[in-house]
Amino acid sequence: MLAIDGVSRRFANGVEALRDASLRLGQGDFVALLGPSGCGKSTLLRLIAGLDRPDSGRLVWNGGAPDIGFVFQDATLLPWATAAENVFLPLRLRGQGWADAAPQVGAALARVGLSGFEAARPRELSGGMRMRVSIARALVTRPKVLLMDEPFAALDEFTRHGLQADLLKLWAELRCTVVFVTHSIYEAAFLARRIVLMTPRPGRIACEIASPGNLARLDPAYAALVAEITTALSHEAEGRL
Amino acid sequence: MQRAPALFALAFLGLWEALVRAMGVPEYLIPGPLRIVQAFFEAPWLLLTSLASTLIVTAVALAVSVVLGVALALAMQASPWARAAIQPWAVALQVTPIVSIAPLIIVWVGDAFTALVVCATIVAFFPVLSNTAAGLAAAPQDLQDLFWLNKATRWQTLRLLRLPVALPYFLAGLRISGGLALVGAVVAEFVAGSGGFASGLAYRILESGYRLQIPRMFAALVLLSAAGIAINAALGSFASWLLRRTGQA
Repeated sequence: MLAIDGVSRRFANGVEALRDASLRLGQGDFVALLGPSGCGKSTLLRLIAGLDRPDSGRLVWNGGAPDIGFVFQDATLLPWATAAENVFLPLRLRGQGWADAAPQVGAALARVGLSGFEAARPRELSGGMRMRVSIARALVTRPKVLLMDEPFAALDEFTRHGLQADLLKLWAELRCTVVFVTHSIYEAAFLARRIVLMTPRPGRIACEIASPGNLARLDPAYAALVAEITTALSHEAEGRL
Repeated sequence: MQRAPALFALAFLGLWEALVRAMGVPEYLIPGPLRIVQAFFEAPWLLLTSLASTLIVTAVALAVSVVLGVALALAMQASPWARAAIQPWAVALQVTPIVSIAPLIIVWVGDAFTALVVCATIVAFFPVLSNTAAGLAAAPQDLQDLFWLNKATRWQTLRLLRLPVALPYFLAGLRISGGLALVGAVVAEFVAGSGGFASGLAYRILESGYRLQIPRMFAALVLLSAAGIAINAALGSFASWLLRRTGQA
């Protein structure tokens, strides 16, 4: 559904954030963009979202740019608004009234396990719950594409594992395309079907590794996948020395 | 802890009264606190109507400052051109001592009341302007991106994001401007005082000085300080009430 061809982006300060990146996104894919900081994975995500434009290369959506849900590293909720009002926001910006949108908002909050927290303000919620509200907000418009920029990086491990499992359930339910930026090998191996490895200076796509998906953390296949990713990353690092 | 300011004031006033009496300081130099209270009750309506006159100038100047400051801040937010055009002039106006331009303003603006309001507004509007402008620009980039991704109009972004983010900034500016409006009103009254507009507290202070009615002068001063403290406290309570109401505190 999206073809990215030879996309490059250099920032005004001279940093080459992304060089000649090419990638295909298919309907229902779960792609992890994995790499250390400065490898251009967030830049690539922002280019996909349309928040930034490439200096060269093309991004072509098959059938026009779709509705996009975006989840930021921080929950980025409106601190003065309740959980329900935060989830309502994208619908409100599209001109929907509250009476009309309330069922959708309730359903989105229920989907992330936050029924009963409609009236809570962000500061009354834990970090994990705030991130759940943020995910509900991204999903409330039923987007075809869900872009996530290291959404669980700031959470503790227990919360992170819970949200990862829930995200896989949501993906199975909604069948949207997910592009998930992370610097955690374990997270990429657990979540994604396609793991795109990226390397820094300049940021570029090194290679892609396929995953069978649905791997339990104690599954030997999961360990093997983690090992494969780690090896590929160290080869990349050696090749550059 | 809460009683500390009152206890300190009581001790200070007691010491003041005792020293003035013990040393036989004449009241045209430093009157004691009791004498000042007495001076107030010698002409309470004179002083209170003067206070009301000064407070009206202050309130109108503050209202004009809010309208002007917020409108200019919105213009600066909406257009970089307006920002570049307004900013240096706002700073220039802010750093010009009001005492030096008040006589001109009083001559140019025929009406005394309007002249006082103009002077007080010049002193008071800058904190509202600069704080509101800073607040309107303070919306986090991620949230701006979120609004953009959801195809928000400029009006939606302003109403649902920039204005709520700017509210605490504006209220902090308002509190500073409230105190400054009073200062501006008093300074303008001082300059205008001998020029014929004879009703504000500053004029009472000047007049009492000329007539060596030093206790009344002190009484007027006390009223001015009390007014300043009351304005500050009122705007502070208003700010926390509004922030609670809008879910920001």
